[in-house]
Amino acid sequence: MNENIPANAPLEINIWLMIALMAVVTFGIRYALYARANAVSLPTRLEQALKYSAPCVLTAIWVPAVLFPQGELALNLNNPYLVGAAIAVVIGLWKKNILLTIVTSMLCFFAYKWLIL
Amino acid sequence: MSDTPNALFIKGVLDALPLIIGGIPFGIIFGTLSLNAGLDIWQTIGMSSIVFAGSAQFVAVGMLAAGTSLGFIVGATLIVNLRHLIYAASLLPHVKHLPQRWRIPLGFLLIDEVYAATYPHYLNNPQSDRNHWHYFGVGAAFFVSWNLATLVGIFFGANIEGIANWGLDFAMSATFIGMVMPHLINKPMIAGVLTSAALAILTHSLPHKIGLVISSIIGMAVGYSLEQWLRSKEQS
Repeated sequence: MNENIPANAPLEINIWLMIALMAVVTFGIRYALYARANAVSLPTRLEQALKYSAPCVLTAIWVPAVLFPQGELALNLNNPYLVGAAIAVVIGLWKKNILLTIVTSMLCFFAYKWLIL
Repeated sequence: MSDTPNALFIKGVLDALPLIIGGIPFGIIFGTLSLNAGLDIWQTIGMSSIVFAGSAQFVAVGMLAAGTSLGFIVGATLIVNLRHLIYAASLLPHVKHLPQRWRIPLGFLLIDEVYAATYPHYLNNPQSDRNHWHYFGVGAAFFVSWNLATLVGIFFGANIEGIANWGLDFAMSATFIGMVMPHLINKPMIAGVLTSAALAILTHSLPHKIGLVISSIIGMAVGYSLEQWLRSKEQS
């Protein structure tokens, strides 16, 4: 998980500025098209490419999260994240039901984590 | 009438509940991690309520804890949230008729789960011009639950020893897997997602979440190119 940084670590970043910039970027992306909804139409090519955006970005987030839960590659059965994710992938591909995938894999994850401890 | 603003709002709230189940542990762990990364209580509350972007918040506090600079954190926010542009594009025809006082909050609330919960409602009720009440219900339910979960996380993080080791962060992976798997129904999408997965592993050690950027963009390019190639082969 995360390293605790000592309270006296040099935090050069102004955190409120960071939050403000993150908010501007995030809202900007979500609202940009709505802002001029009557005038905007996306180029077809861009629309076709953007279709791949959510699945690819989400995958690039969750795959490392379950393979490197402590920062190092953990490709073994002692890694409950990997086991839980494998179960989620199987249920997700099989049933294509988001709620079922989340609930079942989380229950399996916590049960497995408790069992191997 | 099931088409009244009230009824649609409540239906939106109810339709949001399944995904909120995945969002709650994720919000709790965000609250605890955020304190660990050096944010104070108000900054943590501010992040959840002003930015309102689960995975980007998660990535940002991780980068902050690793000592990354501001520019890279904001850049990663851009890349991580870029997918919301496609949600906006697909909802665009349905919000066109609304005044700005609606479009602004609806844009602010446009997260993965809100899109996933309200878009099917739009498809199933194409005749209604009040579907924005459903969208608003889903979004409001998510906003409230995300911020309450963050508060719980702040409280737990400050009071319960070792909560960071409970594995609550698995909820994020479980939710993302649940959202990605239903898309894997054609070759270009499967190729794009597998490319992103492989590159995300290979580039994991690169600093500043550059690996996330590289693997996302190349995965998209592979999916899109394969789609174009298959189409041109079909035509010839």
